[in-house]
Amino acid sequence: MTVTTGDLTQTLLDTSVWSDVMLADAGIPVYDAPFVTVGGGLGSLTMADTLRIAGVPTSSIAVLTDLDHPMHTYMYLARNSQIPDHERLRSDSASVLDNIWGWPSYALREAFTAKSFTGWFAPLLQVATEPVLTDYYTPRIGDVGRSVDRETGRINWASMVHKGQVRVVRRRYGGGYFALHTPPEGTSPTRRVAFRTSNVHIAVGYPGLKFLPDLQEYRQKHQDYGRVVNAYEPHDHVYEDLVRRPAVVVVRGAGIVSSRVLQRLIEDIENRGARTTILHLFRTYTDGTHGPSIFMRRRGHGGFAYQGFNWPKGAWGGQLRYRLENLEGKDRTDLLKVMGGANTPERKLWQEQLKRARANGWYHAYNGEVEDVVPGPDRKIVTHLRAKDGSMVDVAADYIVDATGLEGNLREHRLLADLLDHAGAGTNPLGRLDVEPYFEIRGTANEPGRMYASGSITLGGYYAGVDSFLGLQFAALQIADDLASRGFCSRIGVGRSLSQWWRWVRRRSPQ
Amino acid sequence: MTPTLNGRLQTRIFVVLTVGVIWTLIVTPFLPGIDRVGDGYEAAFQLLAIVLIAGLGWELVYHGLQQFRWEKDWPALFGLLTGFNEGLSTWLLGVSFDVRVPGTAFLILFSTTWLLLWFWVNGPMRVFFIRWRYQGGRVF
Repeated sequence: MTVTTGDLTQTLLDTSVWSDVMLADAGIPVYDAPFVTVGGGLGSLTMADTLRIAGVPTSSIAVLTDLDHPMHTYMYLARNSQIPDHERLRSDSASVLDNIWGWPSYALREAFTAKSFTGWFAPLLQVATEPVLTDYYTPRIGDVGRSVDRETGRINWASMVHKGQVRVVRRRYGGGYFALHTPPEGTSPTRRVAFRTSNVHIAVGYPGLKFLPDLQEYRQKHQDYGRVVNAYEPHDHVYEDLVRRPAVVVVRGAGIVSSRVLQRLIEDIENRGARTTILHLFRTYTDGTHGPSIFMRRRGHGGFAYQGFNWPKGAWGGQLRYRLENLEGKDRTDLLKVMGGANTPERKLWQEQLKRARANGWYHAYNGEVEDVVPGPDRKIVTHLRAKDGSMVDVAADYIVDATGLEGNLREHRLLADLLDHAGAGTNPLGRLDVEPYFEIRGTANEPGRMYASGSITLGGYYAGVDSFLGLQFAALQIADDLASRGFCSRIGVGRSLSQWWRWVRRRSPQ
Repeated sequence: MTPTLNGRLQTRIFVVLTVGVIWTLIVTPFLPGIDRVGDGYEAAFQLLAIVLIAGLGWELVYHGLQQFRWEKDWPALFGLLTGFNEGLSTWLLGVSFDVRVPGTAFLILFSTTWLLLWFWVNGPMRVFFIRWRYQGGRVF
């Protein structure tokens, strides 16, 4: 006699394509949902938002997530990487997370909710003159969070959410997929439940955070997790200690995360009396305008490569989007490399802070390859750096902050590893999920079912800005259009776009 | 905005023929120095035709300049400031084609139309055409 526990069985684990009978044998209850999105963060939110606007009712969408709120992970990473509520993100005014039309933009909304003339005028002037006379306008994280709250209410997000974890999505005999869901203990009579669906969307965010290998090795070997930290993990104790005593901190990385860490360190020196010496290690020290041709020249100086956003703006919806879309394999990764790499915006505030820090001797830049990191005398951590001229430099510090913002590979995420092993998914030249230009995961089709993905797990595909607000909305629209072409929802044409926008303005639920 | 060449041309044609035409219909009767509304409309629409046709040539120039920009974008400020060169070229072409419109009326007509088109492509256009901003300004 088979004992049914409602749990995964070895047979299920070993079988790539599941049948209804197999799940019944395992005692796993099956629920039907026409559309399932796995993740429940910003990728799932933009997907559900777009589908709701395309006329899909909440009863047809299941959001499988272990997050309490779609901004949960984003906010966690943002807070750790030193973006408090009043600080601004690195996102365009028209990349409006709660409004798929991008209008009214964040700048307009900030202006018209301001309580003073300056508060009204400043964002309008900035967005009208960016980036020529001013820095790019970017929204405050607090405003973004509050507007997302409103939109989740408007589309009735809570009614679509099924709390729990998904570690397996398998194809189903007869078409479609099963998403195996583990609800929180005590909320379900069985350990697992399965969602049977024709359309799955995978939006699980970063597969994991990754340390620089030399720092990872140091941490593990010397069990030192407090003094060698990643900027994306909680590390406020570093700043607090730096305020208490004079100390040396090494910062690794030349992207936006390093800029924010430097801002925090310099502000603590200037406002809280910290006596910190900042040693900034650059692997690639950019000191001048750079790029492959006169038509592709990016600004840079003082070690940093500068651009407004993590890709040149034209990559989201202009010439560069189309250029990338027409490239395959190495040509594509080459263009991504030219447009991306470590880069940060050239904000006036940061330029002035760095200028003062250099002049006062608080900030020193080093350029070279790190050979290894070892414990030194006086409880210091010593980085052995091979400079560009081949000489060795020893850099001793009390703390090391890894601000490189590296992401782990797909295999570190159980669901993604399972998709590679059992669902027919493959990887692109950057090692992420290989997706079509309309974000279907190649090799996973199971007619009439389709599996889609969006977010950073698709980087290396035909669209560069996947890991951004606008990129998530673009992916959602591409997926919704594909679904519409298969009759799942309405295509958002001019009429629907206008009528739904008007509903958004009046804060009415989509219809 | 991050236009492609095709997108620039389509957007120019589309917004001039829609927003431009509607605004010209509304504002022309109120322009100073216009004796007969019929004459006013004739002159105003001739000017709008110049903004459309000469504008297609200007778009080629702008697109050429855009190639030197790393971001491959066309900042809103540029869209506003190009009103000066286009205003001048529209006036000169108007004179050479014998379009009869008083200077003040031209100034009001051109500047209000330009500002409205600028505002339109920097916002409300996206509400009508949700894919427009992702496809370099292509309407179709």
